[in-house]
Amino acid sequence: MTATRTRTPAPAAAAEGRTTYRDAMREAMREAMRADERVFLMGEDVGRYGGCFGVSLGLLEEFGPERIRDAPLSESAFVGAGIGAALVGMRPIVEIMTVNFSLLALDQILNNAATLLHMSGGQLEVPIVIRMTTGAGRQLAAQHSHSLEGWYAHIPGLRVLAPATVADARYMLAPALADPDPVLIFEHGSLYNVSAELPAGPGFPGIERAVVRRPGTDVSVITYGGSLPKALAAADDLAEAGISAEVVDLRSLRPLDDATLGDSVARTHRAVVVDEGWRTGSLAAEISARLTEGHFYDLDAPVERVCSAEVPIPYARALEAAALPQADTIVAAARRAVGDPAPARADTADQRPTAGRPS
Amino acid sequence: MSSTRTAHTPRPGSRVRRDAAHRLALLESMLRVRRFEERCVELYSAARIRGFMHLYIGEEAVAVGVNEALTGDDAVVSTYREHGHALARGVPAEAIMAEMFGKVTGCSRGRGGSMHLFDAGRRFYGGNAIVGGGLPLAAGLALADHMTGRNRVTCCFFGDGAFAEGEFHETANLAALWRLPLLLVCENNLYAMGTALERHQAQTDLALRAAGYGMVSWAVDGMDVLAVEDAARRAAEGVRAGAGPHFLEMRTYRFRAHSMYDADRYRDKAEIEHWKERDPVEGFARRLLEAKELTGKARDALEDRLAAGIDRAVEAAEQAPEEPVETLLEYVTSPVEANRS
Amino acid sequence: MSAFTMPSLGADMDEGVLREWLVGPGDPVRRGDVVAIVETDKAAIEVECFESGTVGRLLVPPGTRVPVGTPLAEIEHGREPAGPARKDTLKPGTRARPAGPEPGKESAGRAANAVDSPARPAPEPSGEAACAGAGPLVRHLAQLRGVDLTALSGTGPGGRITRADVEHAPSPRAPRVRATPYARRLARDLGIDLTAVRGTGDGGAVRGVDVRTAAQGADVRAGAQADAAARPAEFRRESEQRTPPAAPAEEHPGRRTDTMRRAIAELMSRSKREIPHYYLATTIDLTAGQTWLRRINRGRPPADRLVPAALLMKAAALAAREVPALNGYWRDEGFVPGTEINVGVAVSLRQGGLLSPVIHRADTLAPETLMAHLKDLVERARRGRLRGSETTGATLTVTNLGEQGVESVFGVIHPPQVALVGFGAVVERPWARNGMLGVCPVVTVTLAADHRATDGAVGARYLTAVDRLLQRPEEL
Repeated sequence: MTATRTRTPAPAAAAEGRTTYRDAMREAMREAMRADERVFLMGEDVGRYGGCFGVSLGLLEEFGPERIRDAPLSESAFVGAGIGAALVGMRPIVEIMTVNFSLLALDQILNNAATLLHMSGGQLEVPIVIRMTTGAGRQLAAQHSHSLEGWYAHIPGLRVLAPATVADARYMLAPALADPDPVLIFEHGSLYNVSAELPAGPGFPGIERAVVRRPGTDVSVITYGGSLPKALAAADDLAEAGISAEVVDLRSLRPLDDATLGDSVARTHRAVVVDEGWRTGSLAAEISARLTEGHFYDLDAPVERVCSAEVPIPYARALEAAALPQADTIVAAARRAVGDPAPARADTADQRPTAGRPS
Repeated sequence: MSSTRTAHTPRPGSRVRRDAAHRLALLESMLRVRRFEERCVELYSAARIRGFMHLYIGEEAVAVGVNEALTGDDAVVSTYREHGHALARGVPAEAIMAEMFGKVTGCSRGRGGSMHLFDAGRRFYGGNAIVGGGLPLAAGLALADHMTGRNRVTCCFFGDGAFAEGEFHETANLAALWRLPLLLVCENNLYAMGTALERHQAQTDLALRAAGYGMVSWAVDGMDVLAVEDAARRAAEGVRAGAGPHFLEMRTYRFRAHSMYDADRYRDKAEIEHWKERDPVEGFARRLLEAKELTGKARDALEDRLAAGIDRAVEAAEQAPEEPVETLLEYVTSPVEANRS
Repeated sequence: MSAFTMPSLGADMDEGVLREWLVGPGDPVRRGDVVAIVETDKAAIEVECFESGTVGRLLVPPGTRVPVGTPLAEIEHGREPAGPARKDTLKPGTRARPAGPEPGKESAGRAANAVDSPARPAPEPSGEAACAGAGPLVRHLAQLRGVDLTALSGTGPGGRITRADVEHAPSPRAPRVRATPYARRLARDLGIDLTAVRGTGDGGAVRGVDVRTAAQGADVRAGAQADAAARPAEFRRESEQRTPPAAPAEEHPGRRTDTMRRAIAELMSRSKREIPHYYLATTIDLTAGQTWLRRINRGRPPADRLVPAALLMKAAALAAREVPALNGYWRDEGFVPGTEINVGVAVSLRQGGLLSPVIHRADTLAPETLMAHLKDLVERARRGRLRGSETTGATLTVTNLGEQGVESVFGVIHPPQVALVGFGAVVERPWARNGMLGVCPVVTVTLAADHRATDGAVGARYLTAVDRLLQRPEEL
């Protein structure tokens, strides 16, 4: 993991006015802690180490160990402690290293954070923000690479966000902290080094809505998080082939912005859902079902899904790449959707499930 | 460490008030819990109360004694066997009964039932039905006080079963490490549901093990309300003084089944009878009678008063409206207007 | 399967008369579709169904009075619409389900005819379909299924043709077509028979593009009736459905044309008599528009390509948003601005005459949508299949004679509107820009406006807005 860290306490504004996703997230936390003394950061190695992925580097020096709180490797205890602190007015940001580790705190997230408000008849609000890394692509193998955000999106009482752009990394935290309910923020590990010019704050579309990242007319490619860059790359390829793909970034995985998805599909009549989670029972399945429920008569082709292969994510580079959605598998799915299949190529992993395939 | 885990004996000079009125108040508080739960059994049998219902009968001295050490500013986190904790904390019997009836006037608006009583105003942070699940939460309440400099105690009840959960050990370590103002009260009734302590713990001296986390840790006779009160007061004092978390192992016993009815195949009738001889309520009443602090007549009057109060609670619960089904989806997320700044 | 029942249409309604069926067995219905007309004590009301599926059997014939809650039709939810080989209707003489107004009183032998006895005697069928012994429901069913009653021999008492006979008869209707949901919707909207469309999708599935292609190539009937267009064909009233296939319009095309001619003459005379027209024109460089069209049309099949007319229409509608004084009506009391921008489109009919179907809220539609509407409306206008709502409510009219090759058109305003926008053909012309001469695609846009409502300056602002909008086609 250290390989992905930058040790230099990079100022928010990197060279040429560009900001990395990592810096944007750090800047968001810095801003939040400066603005509100109830905000504090707690998690494994967030302080002296600077965060497993370097996100909180330099914050300890500015805010001290009380507010940049290194926790023992006790996910359940420190996530639960965050929930308890939130109950009595604090605004904790709890960082969990990876989504796989979050399973050790699942009891607290599901049975307490998501549940207390309802179970107490509306008495207890839990304004906690839990950040964690998700996703594969860095050869971290099967216990550091999974995309389980779809599981969390299953849970009523949670808000689940997936910032896919530098701007969202920068601006989603503040409204998440202002939310009186628990918010989970999933940061795809492949995005930390992505850099972009940061737009000014106004114009930020909030945390409720999906956003069309690239307009198009022939097929809606619906995705989020780490798959967004792949979807945009696929849209470029498709454009060369004369297919105009609209790329929609979900941003909020719960609640889902049905209106934006529906509007897009009503225009394009075709949808490809790209989700790094496993296909079975996936968020992609949910979106596909909703499109079929709400927009059946707009659909001119079956909804396509591009998901991860149903396998624990393997280490070897080629195996890992083959397990994940990629631009070419997205292109292939989009072509199927518009009824314009590309000439068969041996190296194109067509992930469309075939009947009877065991999985 | 051994000095921190000697079984507690009341000492002269302890600040526990020893007047008769106080003792009578303790008896009344324990009797209220006992009678309330006995009525619950009746109502459960009549299907007025449904779901899981775990009775506290036999353990009343713990809730009542510990509560004496807490102020209204302190917080309580409890388990699914929490009627006693809630009543001792002052949650009205009407609100608890209505909750078990699933009524709109219930302390959790019918969303929680017996296992999930909440009263934020009284800083009663609920019945938690995941064994050990309340512990990290309690640490968080204490952490907030610690960070904001408020001198308050968070008291967390849990059972011997929770000692097998990682969440206990994670929380004990975290709280001791960060010196959180946390009072950990382990109600060791010797059974994790139906599994005896010696069948689920390699080392059954729980106070000894808690001491291993660097906490002040005592074992207490949980059937003696005065011993409980005394120990809790001293522990809470230590917590308030900034000495970090304190651990109390309350040795106690439940007289009834784990949840409403069970066949009690996992324990001897003789064992139950043996513990019943040490009934914390009747034993204490006997002591007060012998000390002439209580008369038979006063006891009868007390019983009548408690019964009338419970009657009122049941009547009110019966009369209370059902929560309209249209409100089903309320309280899943906060209303949009609330608090969004 | 569920039942479509007699709805309660008011607090005091206990029963109603099923006046008319607007659907028949096998028709797909969506929640919210109007499926029948029910007459209450107060009014005839179009009633909708609350389920989506396929209409199964019609259980109550038109003219029958039944209590609220009585099942009127079956709605099937399975994938397949009701096939002819339903067991419960197979055997003649076997009662499938009480369908008549007085069920339960008839013997099994008469049961198959139960539906032949509506409460109200049906009018005699006209023309050759007069088939002794076929009740209205049977005839209705035969019509829906395309069964020729004269070719059937009845199995009912006295040789009457029963419903089972019709359901048994080989239906000329093709088996279920493999088509996408969108294609089905489009086909219904455009009035295209899916069975005749060649599918290019997966496994020969008919897709949206196939329907649109078919719609373009579809036979355009010359005898479109301007007024019969008020309802789509499948919703036409029973009396119309009973008319012989050869419509009067085709028998006497001249007469129909004469009627329309007279109506146009009346309207246009009134316009020129009452409205003091003023005219403006400007020529617009369409380079940006054409470039943009080329880009977004890249890779699209010809049928899906966006045409300049859609851009011009959108620009005309958006400009009306900026200059609302041209969008609305001149009434006795003066100008009444339109609350929406509903663009009437002048459509010339092949046999002569004009119709102006309306695109409601045209300013809010994407060019693609606008074009689909446009195509659809023109198509149906020419086939006489417009709905009532599609011929009323225009607040501004646009005419495009570019197809006819003219460069500019100075139109006559359609009263009570106050303006008419005309587009000519897009032509290449030498064009100077920034002191450089080049060849550009240009179009001349004209405005005929009512001088009572506006003056020339307002009209000029409008044309300037159209020009400006057309320079940013990606924002249209």
